[in-house]
Amino acid sequence: MSSQLLSLAIWLPIFGAFAVLATGSERRDAMRWLALVVAVAGFLVTLPLYAGFDRTQAGMQFVEQAPWIPGLNIHYLLGVDGISVLFILLNSFITVLVVLAGWTVIEEKQAQYMGAFLIMSGLMNGIFCALDAMLFYVFFEASLIPMYLIIGVWGGPKRVYAAFKFFLYTLLGSLLMLIALIYLYLASGGSFNLLEWHQVRLEMTPQILLFVAFLVAFAVKVPMWPVHTWLPDAHVEAPTGGSVVLAAIMLKLGAYGFVRFSLPIAPDASQYLAPLMITLSLIAVVYIGFVALVQTDMKKLVAYSSISHMGFVTLGFFIFNQLGVEGALVQMISHGFVSGAMFLCIGVMYDRMHSRNIADYGGVINTMPKFAALFLFFAMANSGLPATSGFVGEFMVILGAIKFNFWVGFAAATTLILGAAYTLWMVKRVAFGTVGNDHVRQLSDINSRELLVLGLLALAVLAMGIYPFPFTDVMHASVDNLLKHVAVSKL
Amino acid sequence: MLANFVVPDLYPAAPELFLALMICVILLVDLFLGQAQRWITALLTVTTLLGCAAITYNTMDGQSVLTFSDMFIDDLLADFLKLMLYVSVIAVLVYSRDYLKARGLDRGEYYVLLLCATLGMMVMISAAHLLSVYIGLELLSLSLYALVAIDRDSPRATEAAMKYFVLGALASGLLLYGMSMIYGATATLQIGGIAQAIVAGSANKTVLVFGLVFLVSGIAFKLGAVPFHMWIPDVYHGAPTAITLFIGSAPKIAAFAMALRLLVYGLFPLAHHWQVMLMIMAVLSIGLGNLAAIAQTNIKRMLAYSAISHMGFMLLALMSGIVGGDPSYMIPAYSAAMYYVVAYVLMSLGSFGMVLLLSRAGYEAENLEDFKGLNRRSPWFAAVMMVLMFSMAGIPFFIGFFAKFSVLLMAVNAGYIVVAVIAVMFSLVGAFYYLRVVKLMYFDAPTDAAPIVAPLDMRVLLSANGIAVALFGIFPQAIMSLCAYALVRSM
Repeated sequence: MSSQLLSLAIWLPIFGAFAVLATGSERRDAMRWLALVVAVAGFLVTLPLYAGFDRTQAGMQFVEQAPWIPGLNIHYLLGVDGISVLFILLNSFITVLVVLAGWTVIEEKQAQYMGAFLIMSGLMNGIFCALDAMLFYVFFEASLIPMYLIIGVWGGPKRVYAAFKFFLYTLLGSLLMLIALIYLYLASGGSFNLLEWHQVRLEMTPQILLFVAFLVAFAVKVPMWPVHTWLPDAHVEAPTGGSVVLAAIMLKLGAYGFVRFSLPIAPDASQYLAPLMITLSLIAVVYIGFVALVQTDMKKLVAYSSISHMGFVTLGFFIFNQLGVEGALVQMISHGFVSGAMFLCIGVMYDRMHSRNIADYGGVINTMPKFAALFLFFAMANSGLPATSGFVGEFMVILGAIKFNFWVGFAAATTLILGAAYTLWMVKRVAFGTVGNDHVRQLSDINSRELLVLGLLALAVLAMGIYPFPFTDVMHASVDNLLKHVAVSKL
Repeated sequence: MLANFVVPDLYPAAPELFLALMICVILLVDLFLGQAQRWITALLTVTTLLGCAAITYNTMDGQSVLTFSDMFIDDLLADFLKLMLYVSVIAVLVYSRDYLKARGLDRGEYYVLLLCATLGMMVMISAAHLLSVYIGLELLSLSLYALVAIDRDSPRATEAAMKYFVLGALASGLLLYGMSMIYGATATLQIGGIAQAIVAGSANKTVLVFGLVFLVSGIAFKLGAVPFHMWIPDVYHGAPTAITLFIGSAPKIAAFAMALRLLVYGLFPLAHHWQVMLMIMAVLSIGLGNLAAIAQTNIKRMLAYSAISHMGFMLLALMSGIVGGDPSYMIPAYSAAMYYVVAYVLMSLGSFGMVLLLSRAGYEAENLEDFKGLNRRSPWFAAVMMVLMFSMAGIPFFIGFFAKFSVLLMAVNAGYIVVAVIAVMFSLVGAFYYLRVVKLMYFDAPTDAAPIVAPLDMRVLLSANGIAVALFGIFPQAIMSLCAYALVRSM
């Protein structure tokens, strides 16, 4: 089996992006077909990762190692375990959809648009498979650049504000993390190898300080309450593709960071600070759920719903049982599909009406029946209806939480009501009822390209909802190993 | 009388002697050239620098040789820094030619003064004696004063030159005063001798520390560190952009060499004194530089304040070499500082080069607004500028990131975690104004649709500059190990 697959997953989209940029927006057809080919090829090279993944092993697979900066003992070290492999697939899959979604609606500087998304796809694959902390950090920060441009160049009226807020908020977190990484480098005797860091013994005080530094970095990215305020702005102003990538992949980076850094490096601090993390997560789940209820802008509503759903993920991590962690991981992937689909649906309507206000719609089902059916389906998934992927993760986390403490589980379970309330109420106001106004009357139903994009996502959501075994099976051994590791004190 | 005269070994100073000779030749040749043949002077100047580079490269043997009665040292550090110097002066010549021609400043004096300044910097780099430090510094400074005022009819440039001259003279006075005190305490002007005298304990500590304070002030003035930074914004702003480009690049190398020669080679036994001074200046420079840069609307002023903050970062590494009397981290710390300077010079050359690229006859593109919509006027050069700005902000994958990283690594290693956290927080502030430039180029519509015209050599070199900033960011090892190797062989 080839062991260059991970490198391919990172660099193929990036070099492809340069080819797309070189082709230029003037040769539009050639350029976007090239972008699509690159995206599809990028997805195809990740498939052997799943097929060839040894499910019985907890350790890293497809490992690649080469010296990068020998002077500082920094390596180009890649590898995936059951926790990260699925995100690479998810990321590459979403990139294909984003390229398709931007096919006609982006009219200005389309080559740069496609290029930015492809570069970002490669960088994010890099984040998920980097096992050297510096390599991780470099990908982690570099991925801010394309997103900043995507929001700022192709975004809405307040895009400049949103782009700056996004960039500076995230940079704040990652700079503190940089100091933490340097500290760990010195504490581990001059190594940036993540797996070695997992074994480094640390006193409680440094553990807590490190945990806090990582918390700032990853909490901003997740985002957790109270550092979530950049997300609604970024989502509302970003173009559809940007919102999709932001919700489907970028938010996962923060949660992934918790699993890869915080938990295994500072297990005692994680246990010690778990009540804090659980509290913050529950606030996100419940309070942000209420905030979502009163939104009048669809994108904002889905953005808040994302924060609420991500609260579930962090909750799952910090109750330290198999159900919780696996549920959180399933929830992350499911949320990738569902939130991506929700933003795509809103994008479909926005392209036609140039409005995201719920009040401007009404009775869309009369003019766009196919679309309304899909929209309703994704809304159901977003509110956690059984047989959709949204249900599996939430149910697992709630079960895990009840095992941990009944009242925590109870509070978490309110999301089933809140989620259904805000999502379905929005669908009711947008899609059902009589045709609201003349604009809605003139709407045309989705074309085959949009149908393809949404249909693929619908299939994924349904498959994961009915038969989640292929997903949980992959992560089982690694999660088990992680929990065992976290249970052992490093003091 | 002549019986006592020993002909010194001229071989180690061959590049300096060649340059001095060529300065005379160019001065004479230029007298016979009209404005139309000025290109001959320019060509001769570049050839001279290439000749110096060839001599330096071919006489580089890795040995530290003292000559001229131990006043002049030729070691690998000097050779390396001189080669960097030639590269940056050649870049300055290429970037400024069109600008100067369009303003009638393309005169023989410019080339001669530029070479005199270069000679001064070379002497500073190779100084092994307080007198040669001073002679080199004055040769550089006097040439710079004249260069700033080269546009005789511009009141702003004249004012800047006056200010520079008055403050520069004051700083030279401080430096001389400090030198005289150190001479009083140690009875020698030879840098190595000073260190021996202090170690031997024969020097008066009080006088020595007094002298040190004045010396550090003089160095800080040359570097432009707070609180000796006042001249930087005014001179950068007032001088013709081509001259700003020069002041903002090569002299930083010389100032770094001066700091290294005086503080490390000469006064390392007093490290615990000057390291504290450097720390205060570093924190103040990083703080003030970044905060003040936000308020600027003129890009030259903005880059001036950014220069202040960058020099502050460099000082962070310079102060981390000797940890509690333990000199074992000297090499990595000083090579981090050196790497920072090299990286900064590359970025600074590129950024001012971009300002020159946008300027035309009768039009100074020195306001931030002039960068508006550059992405639509020239996507390639917008990308180059974006790379430079992100690099200055310290975002990977660019050279500025690894420069910042290695400096922070050494600071944390020396136990200055709080200082490192302050530094990264201010570089978060700094990210804002670099991002603003990217925002202007990418998010805003152009106000000026004029196509960008520049000679081919400038386009090529500026592109190469941008690519170098990106490439050395992806492969930072090359320059890092060169810096470390040069220091190992010279200490």
